[in-house]
Amino acid sequence: MHDLINYITSYFGSNLTPGAAGNFFWATVYILLVFVGLSIAVIAMNWLERKILAHMQVRLGPMRVGPHGLLQPIADAIKLLLKEDIIPAEADQLVFWIAPFIVVLAAFTVFVVVPFGPTSAITDMNIGILFMLGVSSLSVLGIVTAGWASNSHYPLIGALRSSAQMVSYEVAMGLAVVSAILMTSLHGLGFYGVAASGDTGTLSMIEIVNAQMEQQTWFIFKFFPLGLIAFTIFAIAMVAETNRAPFDLPEAESELTAGFHTEYSGFRWSLFFLAEYSAMIAVSSIAVTLWLGGWLRPFPNALAGRTWDVIFSFFPGLTFLALGAITFYNVARMPRHPLFRIQTMGLAGFGAVLGLIGVVLLIPEISSHVQNVFWFSAKVAAFMYLYIWYRGTFPRYRFDQLMKVGWKVLLPTGLVLLILTAGVGMRDEIWDLLQRVTHS
Amino acid sequence: MNPIVAQNPPVATPFFFYLLAAAMIIGGILVITRKNAVHSALALITALLAQAGLYLMLYAPFVAAVQILLYAGGIMVLFLFVIMLISIERTMKERQFNSQWLIGIVAAAALGGLFITVFTKGKSLFPDGHFTYAESGNTQAVADLLYGPHTGMYMFSFEIASLLLLVAIIGAVVMAKKRI
Repeated sequence: MHDLINYITSYFGSNLTPGAAGNFFWATVYILLVFVGLSIAVIAMNWLERKILAHMQVRLGPMRVGPHGLLQPIADAIKLLLKEDIIPAEADQLVFWIAPFIVVLAAFTVFVVVPFGPTSAITDMNIGILFMLGVSSLSVLGIVTAGWASNSHYPLIGALRSSAQMVSYEVAMGLAVVSAILMTSLHGLGFYGVAASGDTGTLSMIEIVNAQMEQQTWFIFKFFPLGLIAFTIFAIAMVAETNRAPFDLPEAESELTAGFHTEYSGFRWSLFFLAEYSAMIAVSSIAVTLWLGGWLRPFPNALAGRTWDVIFSFFPGLTFLALGAITFYNVARMPRHPLFRIQTMGLAGFGAVLGLIGVVLLIPEISSHVQNVFWFSAKVAAFMYLYIWYRGTFPRYRFDQLMKVGWKVLLPTGLVLLILTAGVGMRDEIWDLLQRVTHS
Repeated sequence: MNPIVAQNPPVATPFFFYLLAAAMIIGGILVITRKNAVHSALALITALLAQAGLYLMLYAPFVAAVQILLYAGGIMVLFLFVIMLISIERTMKERQFNSQWLIGIVAAAALGGLFITVFTKGKSLFPDGHFTYAESGNTQAVADLLYGPHTGMYMFSFEIASLLLLVAIIGAVVMAKKRI
């Protein structure tokens, strides 16, 4: 027993992730934390997407279940769990059964290396970003097998579209990622960041963020506008990779009913839903890590020092207090009818919880620990909002347009970008070489 | 830049080796015995993923990641893409034929004999070498061997391999498109 407590407490002084430190207990705790956090994020996304989309289209969205439809996701989840689980008679039973699990496994496994903070990741791998790209590329297998196993026309067409689309955009995505990885070891250009310290680059997610810290620039601003273009390519490709609007051809409602998951119902369908949203969070966290400085707060170098640290440490608490204030504003706007009394009380309770979280996060000891996670989550949340915004704004691409954008625009741009990034980064060496050639 | 130092020794190595090896062998057998081509492809994916696990056990995480990324996530998707367009009902009815079983047996026996020989007297066949684990810097080690200014001994063969792929791509385009 004493050994066990020693084992558990031995991690506290460590400046490594639990996986790298080899501590099974804390690794398990972190896995559970990430899993619970993701599930809550997916539930919140479900509500937010319907609400934001509705407001963009001048509708109210869900209003019935709970105040402002806050309990709607829970009601949906219960409905899905209670629904009959149908397997079509002509379907390939085994493959039909396995497919949702492949998708969910791929979507959740990538979070093993997502760095929420310098030590707040489950583990740190030497191959971090490759691992993320590799495992998330497995999810297409689940989609393809799901579409095929349904033994039905619409799912099969959806699966075919999905595999063609995901394989095409993976290439452009990879090129953008490679140019960001190159930046970890290349020397910056004057105003845009200082020199890299090491000679070797890195693929580790945590070291990529550390490199941005050392070079005092987010990679989106490095070699301006090269970093920005790489980020744009990734931002387009990641929407296509997650099958979201305007690239949602595999599940285009107007043409294919629901695409590859037409024949799925109940719990299995909810697995696809869960996987789609956690895949969105996963690719967003790749983008945040590679280009937007991961867990770093804004201006960690320009606005350095004790005063700024204290000012920025108020942000997590203030955000939740602001959310609580908005909730109480809406409590005041609730109808004064006796039938709405319970709803009003529920909303006030929700606001109180948000405010309480805000107050707790204002305590310096706690805010210093959650700060990194807060900034990372805030950046990812911005991407989640963008996803909803795209869906509310852009019409769906035609399939030939989709292929044209992927192969004729993004891929050549990515290739040129990669060469330019390497060339700008190695300008001194190239200059030396040219001088040696011309002087001999 | 602090490379991750493995503080704990690897655990249950034989267990994981036999698990992955068994997964690979079972996957491989299923690939050739299933009549349904999609099931074969899924079995092949299992075998390839188990192989990635074996690379991990050999302290080569970079190779393992590339294995997952390229084979399981890329090539097998294209395989499935093609297989899905085949009418499974027809292939299920067809009898599996194997007209080259004699050559197959000879090749398998030769390969098996080679493996058994290497396994039984491997120590005397190979020179004593000093093996260094490069787990924390595996990617850098691979890059050094490929492109390093003094250590890049495989650069030529690497470039030749990429040329081969280029020829294959151009060949595919020429054969698929009648008019370019």
